[in-house]
Amino acid sequence: MKGRVGDESTGSWTAAARRQLERRLPWENLLPDRQPFYVGSWVYVFGVVTIAALVWVVLSGVVLAAFGPQWWHLSSVGRFFNSLHFWSVQVFFVFMVLHLWGQYFMASWREGRAPTWMIGVVTFAISIVAAFTGYLSQQNFDAQYIAMNAKDAVNSTGVGWFFNVLNFGQMYGLHVMLLPIAIIALVFLHIVQVRMKGVVPPIGHGAKPAVRWDLRKK
Amino acid sequence: MDQPAGYLHWGFILISWPNLLVIGLMVVLFGLALILPFPGHGSTTEKEK
Repeated sequence: MKGRVGDESTGSWTAAARRQLERRLPWENLLPDRQPFYVGSWVYVFGVVTIAALVWVVLSGVVLAAFGPQWWHLSSVGRFFNSLHFWSVQVFFVFMVLHLWGQYFMASWREGRAPTWMIGVVTFAISIVAAFTGYLSQQNFDAQYIAMNAKDAVNSTGVGWFFNVLNFGQMYGLHVMLLPIAIIALVFLHIVQVRMKGVVPPIGHGAKPAVRWDLRKK
Repeated sequence: MDQPAGYLHWGFILISWPNLLVIGLMVVLFGLALILPFPGHGSTTEKEK
């Protein structure tokens, strides 16, 4: 009988989505306990250090947002969290660029991994905007100086009608809400793509691309 | 610390010393990541034997 609950032949989109997920992202790929031998290199560590730094960026940012500018400028604990936020951003960018170099020289877009690469590029671009809005959200003279100097450059690109660097509320809202949501969502998709397609093998290694193949029990 | 950073001005290249230092350290870190052995892993050829 068609339309019965639990009948996967009905063509319902939930059943189709479940079948696709089970086919393209089985549990052994999503949470692998083995990786190919070539993953044992420090170059493959750059990406996970970037994610670790992002976790610290988000956690310290949540605390800063909860207590506000007076706290992060005037109290010693606030200054500590302010510095923690700043330096974890530095680590985030340094290791994101190192990760980019490593993946660029390995041509990591090979064998169906173009979406992984493109999501990474977009994440990088949005992270730059997030960092920029962060500098504008400091609530000090430095932030005002940056905003006053940036406004003409931003206006010359044509996005000034929407992206007003002198509008603190807009910059702060973008920095603490929309841009972090975008970055976290894209990083999640990036990791899912890596799990689906597998870690890229070194050039000339000759390994098959699929994770499932690499993880197959011998 | 409470003064503007010095700049390297070499032809068309203009970069502050702190920025150049960070980029230099990143290049060194990248080189080390390629060279240094990963803990718990022998060489590839050893593994393939």
